Amino acid sequence: MNWVITTFSSSLGKKLLTALTGLFLCTFLVVHLLGNLQLFYSDEGLAFNTYARFMTTNPLIKTVSILLYSSILGHAFLGLYLAYKNKKARPVSYASVNNQSVWASRNMGVLGTMILLFIVVHMSDFWYEYHNEDGFPFKEYKVELLTGKVSTSAKSGLDKGVYVDYVQDGVRTVIAKDLFLECKEAFEQLWYVVLYVISMAVLAFHLSHGFQSGFQTLGLNHKKYTSAIKWFGLVFSILIPLAFAAIPVYMYFS
Amino acid sequence: MSGTMNLTLKVWRQKNKNDKGAFATYQVKDISPDMSFLEMFDVLNEQLISKGETPIAFDHDCREGICGMCSMYINGRPHGPLKGVTTCQLHMRSFHDGDTIVVEPWRAQAFPVIKDLVVDRSSFDRIIASGGFVSVNTGNTKDANNILIGKEDADEAFSAAACIGCGACVAACKNASAMLFVSAKISQLAMLPQGDPERKRRAENMVETMDEEGFGSCTNTGACSAECPKEISLEHIARMNREYFGAKFTSQNVK
Ligand code: SF4
Ligand code: FES
Repeated sequence: MNWVITTFSSSLGKKLLTALTGLFLCTFLVVHLLGNLQLFYSDEGLAFNTYARFMTTNPLIKTVSILLYSSILGHAFLGLYLAYKNKKARPVSYASVNNQSVWASRNMGVLGTMILLFIVVHMSDFWYEYHNEDGFPFKEYKVELLTGKVSTSAKSGLDKGVYVDYVQDGVRTVIAKDLFLECKEAFEQLWYVVLYVISMAVLAFHLSHGFQSGFQTLGLNHKKYTSAIKWFGLVFSILIPLAFAAIPVYMYFS
Repeated sequence: MSGTMNLTLKVWRQKNKNDKGAFATYQVKDISPDMSFLEMFDVLNEQLISKGETPIAFDHDCREGICGMCSMYINGRPHGPLKGVTTCQLHMRSFHDGDTIVVEPWRAQAFPVIKDLVVDRSSFDRIIASGGFVSVNTGNTKDANNILIGKEDADEAFSAAACIGCGACVAACKNASAMLFVSAKISQLAMLPQGDPERKRRAENMVETMDEEGFGSCTNTGACSAECPKEISLEHIARMNREYFGAKFTSQNVK
């Protein structure tokens, strides 16, 4: 097993792990975004809240989320460690520098650290409260299946594990934690919306280099595919953060 | 003289490895635009010698762009403002009368400054040495076409072999990474039947030595390739990654 440790503790090995975790996090972004888009529905959060329940209780998703949390930590730790080692590789800096590379590519450490801080704020707000807070608001939905009419009522004081979803006499009744409400309240504050939009811009820059860089590190550089990867990476790095940022902006104005 | 130029030079002066070093400012007059950058330095050094000062130490050898010795970081770029050109092939016509030019040595942990603009690049030699031998048939002269090599492979290997070991890639990289250099050295043999028997060992050992020498890790900024006088492509770094992991996961070496 010695060789496994040597391989992954070499500079190339650490880069490989950074690339793999980074690209995995890109797929996570897509899944997370698809979920978030349900915030655009004007159904008082029925779709979003039942989805949130599913994502936090489904055993398969829970297993994958362990991989996700370790990827975030691993990617951040490796990135910061490599940035530290790279700084040490040039103890005396130049008096004048005329860079021939793209700005984002030289500032992945700074951009990444900002994203990490954002994730901490973001998770302590939504993720932590959803999982742990006792007085978390609930909402009851009554959906008339024939007409599709939805009526809602707020509930509180329920135990944090409560979830109800059944159909009786043509009416679907759902009682779920109201994460939708939490989002709405959060994004009524302007500074919060601004923080989210700025963080997504930072993410866009990080992805604009990171996406294609990950493939290069995996050794995937080929005349036929590299230009396509770079193009796709650029589109990805613009569209995904843009869609994420649109949600708080939309909620603020609606 | 008409058409000549007067320049201000800010040059890094450092007595030896342990000296702290500092910039010194010099004026040079009547420089012909047809002089090479190194010839301009010769003029400056003559000037210093006639004044009884120590001339500036700088590396140079072939002065025709093939040995890789002329390491100078000029106005924030290794080998100066042109693309695909070494310092010795850079001419003063790339500058203007009245310019101030800042000249620094390569900066990297693995390239310690010995004196003024001269750095110790023997870490590169140790990387190459760690790659080990290449098995070559000796004895009677062989038919030149005995070992067939596809044109594309030969071209690609040759484009890697164009690396002159100058270290501009390290100097340009914000991480002082040597991966472009090492990838060129791995690539040039990985594509040829001659290098094949030692292929895995070579990739493993060269990467290991590169790490030991204290070079940084590549973050794919592409600055190396943009500044490389031989325009070595980033494709070689991707190939090095494939070679290294291919070797690590399949070689007999369990360490
Ligand atoms: S890869 Fe280019 S810049 Fe680096 S040592 Fe070789 S020739 Fe010089
Ligand atoms: S002196 Fe030989 S390459 Fe410049």
